[in-house]
Amino acid sequence: MKAVVTVTLKSGVLDPQGKAIQSALGSLGFDGVGSIRQGKIFEIDIAETDPARAASELKDMAEKLLANMVIENYRVELVQGMDE
Amino acid sequence: MKSAVIVFPGSNRDRDMIAALEKISGHAPATVWHADTDIPPVDLIVLPGGFSYGDYLRSGAIAARAPIMRAVAERAAAGVPVLGVCNGFQILCEAGLLPGMLMRNASLRFVCREVLLRIETTQSIFTDRYRQGEIIRCPVAHGDGNYRVDEATLARLKDEDRVAFRYAGASAGGGNPNGSIDAIAGILNDRRNVLGMMPHPENLIEPLQGGTDGRRLFESVLERIAA
Repeated sequence: MKAVVTVTLKSGVLDPQGKAIQSALGSLGFDGVGSIRQGKIFEIDIAETDPARAASELKDMAEKLLANMVIENYRVELVQGMDE
Repeated sequence: MKSAVIVFPGSNRDRDMIAALEKISGHAPATVWHADTDIPPVDLIVLPGGFSYGDYLRSGAIAARAPIMRAVAERAAAGVPVLGVCNGFQILCEAGLLPGMLMRNASLRFVCREVLLRIETTQSIFTDRYRQGEIIRCPVAHGDGNYRVDEATLARLKDEDRVAFRYAGASAGGGNPNGSIDAIAGILNDRRNVLGMMPHPENLIEPLQGGTDGRRLFESVLERIAA
């Protein structure tokens, strides 16, 4: 089964990288950008085929390693493969 | 005093730390590889600076899950002093041995210079040879030193006198080099036997390095161990 885990900064956490990207977009002429928050996406292939068990395993992965819960939130999405 | 330095792929301040420990304690520290699962009996465990695993995912995140970290956590729980400097601090936070985490510097720039540190507590095995409120010099060299922690934990750190060092002075030759919350440069765990700090005391231990302000940190531990 394929899954996507998206990790984003919690609101209120300052994102200096997002600010730098926003200012670079400004210098490219994109003036309408209010704010940018940079995050991470993990595309994961796992052997588990039961959606509930897969979701719980992915939650565990996110909390133990993929996200740092001090500053980040995460979202798990299961993506069925084309052959399934 | 017997000590051990934990070496990860990408550690690069391990030799400075080994040299400092040997000069000050008279004993060469054991070096322990990240893939090992046991640490010899020692009085002090040190996680040195560097860029373990190329800072992949987050600084210290992969190293914090290395096999040796289970042994580090067990020794820390048993009361053995554990010092994490720079990347070592990042690893201790990622491993949950210290609260909070180190984000990208607010300036987005790697900062490599000397800073001023205020000794915020002398109530620890690492700081009792300093004077309360004393300002010392210490070098920093990091890109991710911006300490972040939630408000409740920050209040707890302050209430429990667990802020070991703050960046001090005005921006010329001092100041907060990375945007850390409350100018925090180093913190202790609740048992006060685990210290994480971004500055490098091991790089200011003899006159050839331009000063000796970092030396008393190691002498503090040495004295306690001998006592």
